[in-house]
Amino acid sequence: MGALVWILQNFWALLVALLLALVGLRIAWRLRKYGATRAELAYILRRSPFYAVVLTFCFFALAPFLIMFLHTFKTDGDLYRRPQPFVFRQEPTLEHLDALFNNTAYLDFIRNSVVVGIAVVVITLVLSLPAAYALARLTGRWGERAGILMFLVYLVPPTLLFIPMFRIVVMLGLKDSPLSLIVVYPSFTVPFSMWLLSGFFKAVPPELEEAALVDGYNRIEAFLRVVLPLSLPGIISTVVFTFTLTLHEFIYGLVFIADTSQRTLSVGVPTELILGDVYFWQPLLAAALIIAIPVGLAYNLFLDSLVQGFTMGAVKG
Amino acid sequence: MARLALPAFPLDNRRLVGALFLAPALLYILLLVGLPFVLAIGFGFSDVTVGNTDLNFVGLRNFEAVWENHIFRQVFETTIRFTLVSQVFILLFANILAVVFTQDFTGKWIARFIFILPWATPVSLAMIGWLWMLDTKYSPIDYLLLQTGFLGPGGILSGNRNLYWLAAPDLAQISVIFVQVWRMTPLATVILMAGLSSIPTDILDQAEVDGSRFMRTLLQIKLPLILPIMVIALLFSMITMFSDMTVVYVLTRGGPVDYTRVLGLYSFQVGIEGGNLAQGAAISLFAFPLLLAMAIFMLRAASRAEVQ
Repeated sequence: MGALVWILQNFWALLVALLLALVGLRIAWRLRKYGATRAELAYILRRSPFYAVVLTFCFFALAPFLIMFLHTFKTDGDLYRRPQPFVFRQEPTLEHLDALFNNTAYLDFIRNSVVVGIAVVVITLVLSLPAAYALARLTGRWGERAGILMFLVYLVPPTLLFIPMFRIVVMLGLKDSPLSLIVVYPSFTVPFSMWLLSGFFKAVPPELEEAALVDGYNRIEAFLRVVLPLSLPGIISTVVFTFTLTLHEFIYGLVFIADTSQRTLSVGVPTELILGDVYFWQPLLAAALIIAIPVGLAYNLFLDSLVQGFTMGAVKG
Repeated sequence: MARLALPAFPLDNRRLVGALFLAPALLYILLLVGLPFVLAIGFGFSDVTVGNTDLNFVGLRNFEAVWENHIFRQVFETTIRFTLVSQVFILLFANILAVVFTQDFTGKWIARFIFILPWATPVSLAMIGWLWMLDTKYSPIDYLLLQTGFLGPGGILSGNRNLYWLAAPDLAQISVIFVQVWRMTPLATVILMAGLSSIPTDILDQAEVDGSRFMRTLLQIKLPLILPIMVIALLFSMITMFSDMTVVYVLTRGGPVDYTRVLGLYSFQVGIEGGNLAQGAAISLFAFPLLLAMAIFMLRAASRAEVQ
């Protein structure tokens, strides 16, 4: 706690120092490696506008998250009475984090989101793994048409469908139950993961399956034993992005579920942590940040894989 | 491992297995997208409400009522304006960033993490951050402007201590567009990155051998080659933007007055909050022909660019 307080109180100085230290170390490393020649200095100078662009974009992307981080630890007095958003005038506090986890339904939201996410990922994989393989390898003209149909689904976004969906959910007796989301979310996760997965399947050399067929496997076995294991990294990245799609969804979650304890993160946090005109700012901002960081890390880890799947999926073949 | 106890012959048939593999996914989609879509159209022509669920055919009455409603006209215009204006900036920034992030540089991993955050964060949660950034009284942006003399007595931007980002009509619209650009640029960037990384390296090698410098390679080789993918990126972000209601739901609820009300939000407010399912459905259906036209136009443009 002491270290955290120190970091928070010197946040901006530390941030700038860290940045300068990293830049300095990098330059020193280059100069040591290539020698402090005129050409090397010119190179460093020529590269610096590039880094300036990167830093500018990073600053704009990060600004709200930095504020979220700092405000998580501000006391009410520091936040409202003497507004000074960037520094701590009163000792940082953990009381709002404590309140978020113990006095609100935040943990319920997390649980609901995880349950819905995992269930949807399972349904999505069961439906889209074979379908994506069919798109990639097995079907000719019909497969192409099916692919176009999947694309057309993007033209019918949730904003167009939530009203009839709401009626259907009420009719099925699923209102206020996360089950409604588990049933409905695959309508957009399946097309997405079919596209991505078919990209990964296309990247597997067809000769390997032909060899398996020659060895006496049938198509299904060749798919299960040869193609699936080889595309495992792609499948994992599809799982990650499917899960986060369910985490992002807002409209269905807002319309189908009115019961606080059953709501998911994306709906629960902005609707339940605001009571009328009273915004519980520190818990709100903390709640957003706590979700943003792990999802951001996951995206970054699997981004190359996503880009690869997207490229292959877009290649006609 | 035990072999599957099925006769081998039919399972070697490509088309049969293909159909078998494809069918469940297609059925699910048809049931969960096709059926509600047909139902939405049915609702549009009926007088269904939350209280009264009978479907009575009322012809074009809902659509006429919606079209003649001046709020709807404004909402429709606002939605189109937001979509078009934001795309200009998204494409501009996405092109720059895609070029940046397809190169190797020191600190790329952390820079990429930061630049992806706006897109990775669930929209509604990211909007909480912006709700505070643009707060009427405590906005950190206002504080910075106040300290630098742009706000406050004698300030260039305003004599007040605050700009009232989400309470002034023009500023509220600008804020919403800015935030949309902020959160959607990474998606367009990633699609463009896919395009840039799929350019065959022999073309680039040849350009280098021929003495083409960075900017020339970029403007005359790379960008024309990824034009089809740029159109796809544009299409995706336009559809997302056009049908989004989360941003304005959290930030403004459509206010001040109707200045930031977009189609999706209006449909939600009339259909669900107001209980008039039929009219809500009619409102959102007005989006469909536009989305369809957009898609057809862009896909044509993409395939034309690909031929050249």
